[in-house]
Amino acid sequence: MPELKRTALHALHAELGARMVPFAGYEMPVQYKPGVLKEHLHTRAAAGLFDVGHMGQVILRPRSGALADAALALEALVPVDLLSLAEGRQRYGVFTNAAGGILDDLMITNRGDHLLLVVNAACKAADIAHLRAHLDETCTIEVLDERALIALQGPEAETALARLAPEMAGMRFMDVATVPVSGGEIWVSRSGYTGEDGFEISLPAAEAEGFAKALLEMDEVEPIGLGARDSLRLEAGLCLYGNDIDETTSPVEAGLSWAIQKARRRGGDREGGFSGAERILAELETGPARLRVGLRPEGRAPMREGVALYAAAEGGAAVGHITSGAYGPSVEVPVAMGYLPAELARPGTTVHGELRGKRLPVTVAEMPFRPSTYKR
Amino acid sequence: MKFTEEHEWLRIEEDLVVVGITEHAAEQLGDIVFVELPEQGTKVASGDDAVVIESVKAASDILAPLDGEIVEVNGTLDDNPALVNEDPLGAGWFFKMKIDDLSALDAFMDEDAYKDLID
Repeated sequence: MPELKRTALHALHAELGARMVPFAGYEMPVQYKPGVLKEHLHTRAAAGLFDVGHMGQVILRPRSGALADAALALEALVPVDLLSLAEGRQRYGVFTNAAGGILDDLMITNRGDHLLLVVNAACKAADIAHLRAHLDETCTIEVLDERALIALQGPEAETALARLAPEMAGMRFMDVATVPVSGGEIWVSRSGYTGEDGFEISLPAAEAEGFAKALLEMDEVEPIGLGARDSLRLEAGLCLYGNDIDETTSPVEAGLSWAIQKARRRGGDREGGFSGAERILAELETGPARLRVGLRPEGRAPMREGVALYAAAEGGAAVGHITSGAYGPSVEVPVAMGYLPAELARPGTTVHGELRGKRLPVTVAEMPFRPSTYKR
Repeated sequence: MKFTEEHEWLRIEEDLVVVGITEHAAEQLGDIVFVELPEQGTKVASGDDAVVIESVKAASDILAPLDGEIVEVNGTLDDNPALVNEDPLGAGWFFKMKIDDLSALDAFMDEDAYKDLID
Protein backbone atom coordinates (compact mmCIF):
# COMPACT_ATOMS: atom_id res chain seq x y z
CA MET A 1 0.00 0.00 0.00
CA PRO A 2 1.46 3.40 -0.93
CA GLU A 3 2.32 5.68 1.94
CA LEU A 4 -0.48 8.03 2.95
CA LYS A 5 -0.02 11.71 2.21
CA ARG A 6 -0.33 14.32 4.93
CA THR A 7 -1.86 17.78 4.92
CA ALA A 8 -0.23 20.88 6.36
CA LEU A 9 -2.28 20.39 9.54
CA HIS A 10 -1.20 16.81 10.25
CA ALA A 11 0.83 17.66 13.36
CA LEU A 12 -2.03 19.77 14.70
CA HIS A 13 -4.48 16.86 14.34
CA ALA A 14 -2.19 14.67 16.43
CA GLU A 15 -1.87 17.42 19.04
CA LEU A 16 -5.67 17.71 19.17
CA GLY A 17 -6.10 13.97 19.74
CA ALA A 18 -7.75 13.20 16.40
CA ARG A 19 -8.52 9.66 15.31
CA MET A 20 -6.82 9.43 11.93
CA VAL A 21 -8.00 7.28 9.02
CA PRO A 22 -6.93 6.77 5.41
CA PHE A 23 -9.08 8.85 3.08
CA ALA A 24 -8.43 9.36 -0.65
CA GLY A 25 -4.74 8.66 -0.20
CA TYR A 26 -4.38 10.99 2.78
CA GLU A 27 -4.21 10.40 6.49
CA MET A 28 -7.15 12.49 7.72
CA PRO A 29 -8.96 13.13 11.02
CA VAL A 30 -12.29 11.27 11.12
CA GLN A 31 -13.12 12.67 14.55
CA TYR A 32 -11.63 14.38 17.58
CA LYS A 33 -12.29 13.57 21.22
CA PRO A 34 -15.92 14.80 21.43
CA GLY A 35 -16.98 12.43 18.60
CA VAL A 36 -19.05 12.77 15.45
CA LEU A 37 -22.37 13.65 17.09
CA LYS A 38 -21.09 16.50 19.26
CA GLU A 39 -18.86 17.82 16.47
CA HIS A 40 -21.84 17.92 14.12
CA LEU A 41 -24.02 19.76 16.63
CA HIS A 42 -21.22 22.18 17.51
CA THR A 43 -20.87 23.17 13.85
CA ARG A 44 -24.61 23.91 13.65
CA ALA A 45 -24.57 25.86 16.94
CA ALA A 46 -21.28 27.80 16.73
CA ALA A 47 -18.37 27.20 14.35
CA GLY A 48 -16.41 24.18 13.17
CA LEU A 49 -12.93 24.14 11.66
CA PHE A 50 -12.28 21.49 8.99
CA ASP A 51 -9.02 20.52 7.33
CA VAL A 52 -9.86 20.08 3.65
CA GLY A 53 -6.27 20.32 2.48
CA HIS A 54 -6.55 16.95 0.76
CA MET A 55 -8.67 18.57 -1.94
CA GLY A 56 -6.96 19.75 -5.10
CA GLN A 57 -6.43 23.41 -5.90
CA VAL A 58 -5.62 24.08 -9.55
CA ILE A 59 -5.04 27.34 -11.40
CA LEU A 60 -5.95 27.73 -15.08
CA ARG A 61 -4.20 30.70 -16.64
CA PRO A 62 -5.04 31.69 -20.22
CA ARG A 63 -1.97 31.67 -22.49
CA SER A 64 -3.50 34.64 -24.38
CA GLY A 65 -3.83 36.69 -21.21
CA ALA A 66 -7.59 37.05 -21.78
CA LEU A 67 -9.57 35.27 -19.07
CA ALA A 68 -12.48 34.65 -21.47
CA ASP A 69 -10.22 32.24 -23.38
CA ALA A 70 -9.71 30.12 -20.26
CA ALA A 71 -13.41 30.31 -19.41
CA LEU A 72 -14.48 29.21 -22.90
CA ALA A 73 -11.90 26.42 -22.97
CA LEU A 74 -13.09 25.06 -19.61
CA GLU A 75 -16.71 25.27 -20.81
CA ALA A 76 -15.88 22.29 -23.07
CA LEU A 77 -15.45 20.15 -19.95
CA VAL A 78 -18.21 21.49 -17.68
CA PRO A 79 -21.85 22.40 -18.52
CA VAL A 80 -21.52 25.72 -16.74
CA ASP A 81 -21.76 29.30 -18.00
CA LEU A 82 -18.27 30.52 -17.17
CA LEU A 83 -18.19 33.50 -19.51
CA SER A 84 -20.68 35.28 -17.23
CA LEU A 85 -18.81 34.33 -14.04
CA ALA A 86 -17.76 37.69 -12.64
CA GLU A 87 -14.43 38.39 -11.00
CA GLY A 88 -14.57 37.48 -7.31
CA ARG A 89 -17.40 34.98 -7.81
CA GLN A 90 -17.50 31.21 -7.63
CA ARG A 91 -19.72 28.61 -9.30
CA TYR A 92 -20.35 24.92 -8.68
CA GLY A 93 -19.93 22.59 -11.64
CA VAL A 94 -19.27 19.04 -12.75
CA PHE A 95 -16.78 17.56 -15.20
CA THR A 96 -18.87 15.40 -17.54
CA ASN A 97 -17.86 12.42 -19.66
CA ALA A 98 -18.97 11.54 -23.19
CA ALA A 99 -21.84 9.46 -21.80
CA GLY A 100 -23.15 12.42 -19.79
CA GLY A 101 -21.93 10.98 -16.47
CA ILE A 102 -19.96 12.90 -13.87
CA LEU A 103 -16.16 12.62 -13.57
CA ASP A 104 -16.00 14.91 -10.54
CA ASP A 105 -17.73 17.92 -9.03
CA LEU A 106 -15.83 21.11 -8.37
CA MET A 107 -15.85 24.79 -7.53
CA ILE A 108 -14.70 27.28 -10.16
CA THR A 109 -13.63 30.80 -9.20
CA ASN A 110 -12.84 33.84 -11.32
CA ARG A 111 -9.79 35.43 -9.72
CA GLY A 112 -9.28 38.16 -12.30
CA ASP A 113 -6.45 36.91 -14.47
CA HIS A 114 -7.00 33.21 -13.82
CA LEU A 115 -9.56 30.58 -12.80
CA LEU A 116 -9.12 28.66 -9.56
CA LEU A 117 -10.59 25.15 -9.42
CA VAL A 118 -11.11 23.15 -6.23
CA VAL A 119 -11.60 19.44 -6.89
CA ASN A 120 -12.12 16.27 -4.83
CA ALA A 121 -9.07 14.55 -3.37
CA ALA A 122 -9.95 11.13 -4.77
CA CYS A 123 -10.37 12.53 -8.29
CA LYS A 124 -7.50 15.02 -8.17
CA ALA A 125 -4.97 13.12 -10.30
CA ALA A 126 -7.54 12.16 -12.93
CA ASP A 127 -8.92 15.71 -13.06
CA ILE A 128 -5.48 17.20 -13.60
CA ALA A 129 -4.74 14.70 -16.38
CA HIS A 130 -8.14 15.54 -17.92
CA LEU A 131 -7.36 19.27 -17.81
CA ARG A 132 -3.90 18.76 -19.30
CA ALA A 133 -5.29 16.58 -22.08
CA HIS A 134 -7.93 19.10 -23.14
CA LEU A 135 -6.79 22.58 -22.15
CA ASP A 136 -3.05 22.53 -22.67
CA GLU A 137 -3.23 24.64 -25.83
CA THR A 138 -5.21 27.47 -24.28
CA CYS A 139 -4.13 27.42 -20.63
CA THR A 140 -1.22 26.80 -18.34
CA ILE A 141 -2.25 24.42 -15.58
CA GLU A 142 -0.69 24.89 -12.18
CA VAL A 143 -1.38 22.54 -9.26
CA LEU A 144 -1.10 24.35 -5.94
CA ASP A 145 0.46 21.61 -3.81
CA GLU A 146 1.94 24.19 -1.46
CA ARG A 147 -1.36 25.68 -0.38
CA ALA A 148 -3.49 24.41 2.47
CA LEU A 149 -7.29 24.57 2.52
CA ILE A 150 -9.42 24.88 5.63
CA ALA A 151 -13.14 25.42 6.09
CA LEU A 152 -14.78 27.38 8.88
CA GLN A 153 -18.51 26.64 9.03
CA GLY A 154 -21.43 27.55 11.22
CA PRO A 155 -23.44 30.52 12.50
CA GLU A 156 -20.44 31.94 14.41
CA ALA A 157 -17.97 31.47 11.54
CA GLU A 158 -18.29 35.07 10.42
CA THR A 159 -17.69 36.44 13.92
CA ALA A 160 -14.66 34.23 14.38
CA LEU A 161 -13.05 34.90 11.00
CA ALA A 162 -13.69 38.65 11.27
CA ARG A 163 -11.25 38.83 14.21
CA LEU A 164 -8.43 37.70 11.92
CA ALA A 165 -9.65 39.10 8.61
CA PRO A 166 -12.10 41.99 9.15
CA GLU A 167 -12.11 42.79 5.41
CA MET A 168 -14.26 39.74 4.65
CA ALA A 169 -17.34 41.12 6.43
CA GLY A 170 -19.14 42.30 3.28
CA MET A 171 -18.84 39.00 1.43
CA ARG A 172 -21.94 37.09 0.41
CA PHE A 173 -22.54 33.43 -0.49
CA MET A 174 -20.18 32.33 -3.31
CA ASP A 175 -18.14 35.56 -3.19
CA VAL A 176 -14.38 35.06 -3.23
CA ALA A 177 -11.81 37.58 -2.06
CA THR A 178 -8.13 37.96 -1.33
CA VAL A 179 -8.03 39.18 2.24
CA PRO A 180 -5.01 40.55 4.11
CA VAL A 181 -4.20 38.99 7.46
CA SER A 182 -1.21 39.54 9.70
CA GLY A 183 1.66 37.75 7.99
CA GLY A 184 0.25 37.56 4.47
CA GLU A 185 -2.97 37.11 2.58
CA ILE A 186 -5.59 34.41 2.39
CA TRP A 187 -8.06 33.51 -0.35
CA VAL A 188 -11.50 33.34 1.19
CA SER A 189 -14.69 32.05 -0.39
CA ARG A 190 -18.01 32.28 1.38
CA SER A 191 -19.10 28.72 0.78
CA GLY A 192 -18.87 25.27 2.25
CA TYR A 193 -20.20 21.74 2.51
CA THR A 194 -22.41 21.83 5.59
CA GLY A 195 -25.51 23.86 4.69
CA GLU A 196 -24.28 26.54 7.10
CA ASP A 197 -22.96 30.00 6.41
CA GLY A 198 -19.20 29.73 6.36
CA PHE A 199 -15.92 30.05 4.55
CA GLU A 200 -13.32 28.05 2.73
CA ILE A 201 -9.86 29.50 3.12
CA SER A 202 -6.85 28.79 0.93
CA LEU A 203 -3.51 29.82 2.39
CA PRO A 204 0.19 28.96 2.13
CA ALA A 205 0.87 25.59 3.77
CA ALA A 206 3.50 27.09 6.05
CA GLU A 207 0.96 29.48 7.57
CA ALA A 208 -1.89 27.01 7.94
CA GLU A 209 -1.14 25.72 11.41
CA GLY A 210 -0.73 29.18 12.91
CA PHE A 211 -3.94 30.37 11.30
CA ALA A 212 -5.89 27.29 12.38
CA LYS A 213 -4.60 27.60 15.94
CA ALA A 214 -5.61 31.27 16.07
CA LEU A 215 -9.15 30.21 15.13
CA LEU A 216 -9.19 27.25 17.53
CA GLU A 217 -8.25 29.51 20.43
CA MET A 218 -11.59 31.27 20.03
CA ASP A 219 -14.47 30.04 22.20
CA GLU A 220 -16.76 29.49 19.20
CA VAL A 221 -14.43 27.28 17.21
CA GLU A 222 -13.82 23.53 17.58
CA PRO A 223 -12.03 21.15 15.21
CA ILE A 224 -14.38 18.90 13.23
CA GLY A 225 -13.49 15.61 11.53
CA LEU A 226 -14.59 13.91 8.34
CA GLY A 227 -17.30 11.95 10.18
CA ALA A 228 -19.30 15.06 11.04
CA ARG A 229 -18.45 16.62 7.68
CA ASP A 230 -20.33 13.73 6.09
CA SER A 231 -23.43 13.93 8.31
CA LEU A 232 -23.53 17.73 7.92
CA ARG A 233 -23.43 17.58 4.12
CA LEU A 234 -26.01 14.79 4.07
CA GLU A 235 -28.51 16.85 6.11
CA ALA A 236 -27.80 19.73 3.71
CA GLY A 237 -28.67 17.47 0.74
CA LEU A 238 -25.23 17.90 -0.82
CA CYS A 239 -23.72 15.19 -3.02
CA LEU A 240 -20.65 13.15 -2.16
CA TYR A 241 -18.71 12.21 -5.27
CA GLY A 242 -18.34 8.43 -5.52
CA ASN A 243 -21.55 7.85 -3.55
CA ASP A 244 -24.32 10.11 -4.83
CA ILE A 245 -22.79 11.04 -8.17
CA ASP A 246 -20.37 9.13 -10.36
CA GLU A 247 -19.51 8.31 -13.97
CA THR A 248 -22.94 6.70 -14.51
CA THR A 249 -25.14 9.46 -13.07
CA SER A 250 -25.93 12.51 -15.18
CA PRO A 251 -26.12 15.93 -13.52
CA VAL A 252 -29.84 16.05 -14.41
CA GLU A 253 -30.54 12.71 -12.71
CA ALA A 254 -28.52 13.95 -9.75
CA GLY A 255 -30.76 16.99 -9.33
CA LEU A 256 -27.94 19.34 -10.30
CA SER A 257 -29.74 20.99 -13.22
CA TRP A 258 -29.58 24.29 -11.33
CA ALA A 259 -25.82 24.24 -11.99
CA ILE A 260 -26.40 24.22 -15.79
CA GLN A 261 -27.15 27.83 -16.72
CA LYS A 262 -29.39 28.94 -19.58
CA ALA A 263 -26.48 29.82 -21.88
CA ARG A 264 -25.44 26.16 -22.06
CA ARG A 265 -28.95 24.74 -22.56
CA ARG A 266 -30.93 24.30 -25.78
CA GLY A 267 -31.54 27.69 -27.31
CA GLY A 268 -28.81 29.29 -25.20
CA ASP A 269 -25.95 31.45 -26.56
CA ARG A 270 -23.48 28.58 -26.17
CA GLU A 271 -25.80 25.60 -26.29
CA GLY A 272 -24.06 22.28 -25.57
CA GLY A 273 -20.40 22.08 -26.49
CA PHE A 274 -19.49 19.94 -23.47
CA SER A 275 -18.95 16.20 -23.09
CA GLY A 276 -22.19 14.27 -22.86
CA ALA A 277 -24.28 17.24 -24.07
CA GLU A 278 -26.58 15.04 -26.12
CA ARG A 279 -27.86 13.08 -23.13
CA ILE A 280 -27.80 15.97 -20.70
CA LEU A 281 -29.65 18.45 -22.94
CA ALA A 282 -32.28 15.82 -23.77
CA GLU A 283 -32.80 15.00 -20.09
CA LEU A 284 -33.20 18.72 -19.30
CA GLU A 285 -36.08 18.88 -21.78
CA THR A 286 -37.88 15.58 -21.26
CA GLY A 287 -36.87 14.74 -17.70
CA PRO A 288 -34.55 11.91 -16.68
CA ALA A 289 -35.72 8.32 -16.16
CA ARG A 290 -34.44 8.31 -12.57
CA LEU A 291 -33.72 10.98 -10.00
CA ARG A 292 -31.67 11.50 -6.88
CA VAL A 293 -34.13 11.98 -4.02
CA GLY A 294 -34.11 12.64 -0.32
CA LEU A 295 -35.30 9.70 1.79
CA ARG A 296 -36.56 9.44 5.34
CA PRO A 297 -36.63 5.90 6.72
CA GLU A 298 -39.44 5.38 9.22
CA GLY A 299 -38.33 4.61 12.74
CA ARG A 300 -34.83 5.03 14.11
CA ALA A 301 -32.74 2.55 12.15
CA PRO A 302 -30.39 4.31 9.72
CA MET A 303 -30.32 3.03 6.14
CA ARG A 304 -26.89 3.36 4.65
CA GLU A 305 -25.29 3.32 1.23
CA GLY A 306 -26.16 0.20 -0.76
CA VAL A 307 -29.58 -0.50 0.80
CA ALA A 308 -31.89 -1.69 -2.00
CA LEU A 309 -35.19 0.15 -2.52
CA TYR A 310 -38.41 -1.57 -3.59
CA ALA A 311 -41.74 -0.14 -4.72
CA ALA A 312 -43.75 -2.63 -2.66
CA ALA A 313 -43.52 -4.14 0.80
CA GLU A 314 -43.30 -7.60 -0.75
CA GLY A 315 -42.19 -8.95 -4.11
CA GLY A 316 -40.86 -7.23 -7.21
CA ALA A 317 -37.33 -6.32 -8.18
CA ALA A 318 -35.35 -3.48 -6.63
CA VAL A 319 -36.18 -0.11 -8.22
CA GLY A 320 -33.21 1.81 -6.85
CA HIS A 321 -30.77 2.03 -3.98
CA ILE A 322 -29.51 4.32 -1.28
CA THR A 323 -26.27 6.15 -2.10
CA SER A 324 -25.71 7.90 1.26
CA GLY A 325 -27.48 7.43 4.56
CA ALA A 326 -26.94 8.05 8.23
CA TYR A 327 -28.53 9.28 11.41
CA GLY A 328 -28.98 13.04 11.12
CA PRO A 329 -27.83 14.51 14.44
CA SER A 330 -29.64 17.84 13.92
CA VAL A 331 -32.87 16.45 12.49
CA GLU A 332 -32.68 13.61 15.06
CA VAL A 333 -33.90 10.94 12.63
CA PRO A 334 -32.22 8.83 9.99
CA VAL A 335 -31.89 10.51 6.59
CA ALA A 336 -30.63 9.24 3.27
CA MET A 337 -30.46 9.93 -0.42
CA GLY A 338 -30.63 7.61 -3.38
CA TYR A 339 -31.93 7.08 -6.88
CA LEU A 340 -35.50 6.19 -7.80
CA PRO A 341 -37.43 5.97 -11.07
CA ALA A 342 -39.02 9.34 -11.89
CA GLU A 343 -42.53 8.04 -11.21
CA LEU A 344 -41.55 7.17 -7.62
CA ALA A 345 -39.49 10.30 -6.99
CA ARG A 346 -42.25 12.67 -5.89
CA PRO A 347 -41.93 13.80 -2.24
CA GLY A 348 -44.40 11.94 -0.04
CA THR A 349 -44.13 8.69 -2.01
CA THR A 350 -43.56 5.62 0.16
CA VAL A 351 -41.03 3.03 -0.99
CA HIS A 352 -39.35 0.23 0.98
CA GLY A 353 -35.72 -0.23 1.94
CA GLU A 354 -34.44 -3.71 2.68
CA LEU A 355 -32.56 -3.75 5.96
CA ARG A 356 -31.27 -7.03 7.39
CA GLY A 357 -33.76 -9.00 5.29
CA LYS A 358 -36.78 -6.89 6.21
CA ARG A 359 -38.44 -4.29 4.01
CA LEU A 360 -39.13 -1.12 5.98
CA PRO A 361 -41.04 1.95 4.78
CA VAL A 362 -39.07 4.96 3.51
CA THR A 363 -40.67 8.24 2.50
CA VAL A 364 -39.35 10.34 -0.37
CA ALA A 365 -38.59 13.76 1.13
CA GLU A 366 -37.62 17.26 0.06
CA MET A 367 -33.98 18.21 0.47
CA PRO A 368 -32.25 19.79 2.24
CA PHE A 369 -33.43 17.90 5.33
CA ARG A 370 -32.60 20.96 7.35
CA PRO A 371 -32.94 24.47 5.86
CA SER A 372 -29.60 25.89 4.74
CA THR A 373 -28.47 29.20 6.17
CA TYR A 374 -26.25 30.57 3.41
CA LYS A 375 -25.77 34.35 3.55
CA ARG A 376 -27.14 35.26 0.14
CA MET B 1 -18.44 -9.65 36.03
CA LYS B 2 -17.11 -11.68 33.08
CA PHE B 3 -16.00 -10.58 29.63
CA THR B 4 -16.06 -12.07 26.12
CA GLU B 5 -13.55 -11.62 23.33
CA GLU B 6 -16.32 -9.76 21.49
CA HIS B 7 -16.15 -7.03 24.18
CA GLU B 8 -19.37 -7.99 25.90
CA TRP B 9 -19.76 -8.13 29.65
CA LEU B 10 -21.82 -10.74 31.48
CA ARG B 11 -23.15 -10.32 34.98
CA ILE B 12 -25.21 -12.73 37.03
CA GLU B 13 -28.33 -11.14 38.47
CA GLU B 14 -30.37 -13.60 40.52
CA ASP B 15 -30.56 -16.62 38.20
CA LEU B 16 -30.19 -14.64 34.96
CA VAL B 17 -27.22 -13.41 32.91
CA VAL B 18 -27.29 -9.71 32.03
CA VAL B 19 -25.42 -8.80 28.81
CA GLY B 20 -23.99 -5.48 27.64
CA ILE B 21 -20.89 -4.10 25.94
CA THR B 22 -17.75 -2.75 27.60
CA GLU B 23 -16.68 0.87 27.82
CA HIS B 24 -13.88 0.07 25.41
CA ALA B 25 -16.36 -1.28 22.85
CA ALA B 26 -18.75 1.65 23.28
CA GLU B 27 -15.93 4.12 22.76
CA GLN B 28 -14.66 2.31 19.67
CA LEU B 29 -18.14 2.20 18.15
CA GLY B 30 -18.74 5.92 18.62
CA ASP B 31 -22.08 7.57 19.26
CA ILE B 32 -24.81 4.93 19.18
CA VAL B 33 -28.00 6.09 17.48
CA PHE B 34 -30.10 2.91 17.24
CA VAL B 35 -30.35 -0.42 19.04
CA GLU B 36 -32.45 -3.29 17.68
CA LEU B 37 -33.15 -5.70 20.53
CA PRO B 38 -34.29 -9.31 20.23
CA GLU B 39 -37.84 -10.27 21.12
CA GLN B 40 -38.51 -11.45 24.59
CA GLY B 41 -38.74 -15.24 24.61
CA THR B 42 -36.28 -15.72 21.72
CA LYS B 43 -34.20 -18.89 22.06
CA VAL B 44 -30.61 -18.25 21.05
CA ALA B 45 -27.50 -20.33 20.56
CA SER B 46 -24.05 -19.07 21.44
CA GLY B 47 -22.75 -16.98 18.51
CA ASP B 48 -26.20 -16.08 17.12
CA ASP B 49 -26.79 -12.43 16.23
CA ALA B 50 -28.80 -11.10 19.16
CA VAL B 51 -28.66 -7.30 18.94
CA VAL B 52 -27.92 -4.84 16.13
CA ILE B 53 -26.39 -1.55 17.14
CA GLU B 54 -25.99 1.35 14.78
CA SER B 55 -23.45 3.99 15.60
CA VAL B 56 -22.87 7.18 13.61
CA LYS B 57 -20.29 5.14 11.72
CA ALA B 58 -21.63 1.64 11.08
CA ALA B 59 -23.88 -1.22 12.09
CA SER B 60 -22.49 -3.93 14.39
CA ASP B 61 -23.89 -7.22 15.58
CA ILE B 62 -23.83 -8.25 19.20
CA LEU B 63 -23.70 -12.02 19.56
CA ALA B 64 -25.43 -14.20 22.12
CA PRO B 65 -22.59 -15.29 24.42
CA LEU B 66 -24.29 -18.51 25.52
CA ASP B 67 -27.14 -20.87 24.62
CA GLY B 68 -30.34 -19.83 26.33
CA GLU B 69 -33.53 -17.78 26.22
CA ILE B 70 -33.86 -14.00 26.12
CA VAL B 71 -36.23 -13.28 28.99
CA GLU B 72 -36.00 -9.50 29.29
CA VAL B 73 -34.72 -6.66 27.05
CA ASN B 74 -33.78 -3.09 27.92
CA GLY B 75 -36.65 -1.22 26.24
CA THR B 76 -35.33 2.17 27.36
CA LEU B 77 -32.71 1.85 24.59
CA ASP B 78 -35.45 2.21 21.95
CA ASP B 79 -35.87 5.86 22.85
CA ASN B 80 -32.46 6.51 24.32
CA PRO B 81 -29.77 4.49 22.53
CA ALA B 82 -27.14 6.96 23.80
CA LEU B 83 -27.36 5.20 27.18
CA VAL B 84 -24.98 2.60 25.73
CA ASN B 85 -22.31 5.31 25.44
CA GLU B 86 -23.18 7.08 28.66
CA ASP B 87 -23.38 4.06 30.95
CA PRO B 88 -22.32 0.91 29.09
CA LEU B 89 -21.83 -1.17 32.24
CA GLY B 90 -25.08 -0.04 33.87
CA ALA B 91 -28.17 1.53 32.28
CA GLY B 92 -26.90 0.59 28.80
CA TRP B 93 -27.43 -3.18 29.22
CA PHE B 94 -29.06 -5.03 26.31
CA PHE B 95 -30.83 -8.16 27.54
CA LYS B 96 -31.13 -10.74 30.28
CA MET B 97 -30.94 -14.41 29.41
CA LYS B 98 -31.80 -17.63 31.16
CA ILE B 99 -29.22 -20.36 30.77
CA ASP B 100 -29.17 -23.98 31.91
CA ASP B 101 -26.06 -23.83 33.99
CA LEU B 102 -24.61 -20.61 35.39
CA SER B 103 -21.25 -22.28 35.82
CA ALA B 104 -20.81 -21.84 32.04
CA LEU B 105 -19.71 -18.29 32.90
CA ASP B 106 -16.52 -19.62 34.42
CA ALA B 107 -15.12 -20.12 30.93
CA PHE B 108 -15.07 -16.35 30.24
CA MET B 109 -12.38 -13.78 31.08
CA ASP B 110 -12.28 -11.97 34.36
CA GLU B 111 -11.63 -8.22 34.46
CA ASP B 112 -7.82 -8.53 34.61
CA ALA B 113 -7.73 -10.88 31.64
CA TYR B 114 -10.02 -8.55 29.66
CA LYS B 115 -7.83 -5.55 30.47
CA ASP B 116 -4.83 -7.48 29.13
CA LEU B 117 -6.78 -8.14 25.93
CA ILE B 118 -7.54 -4.49 25.20
CA ASP B 119 -4.19 -3.02 26.25
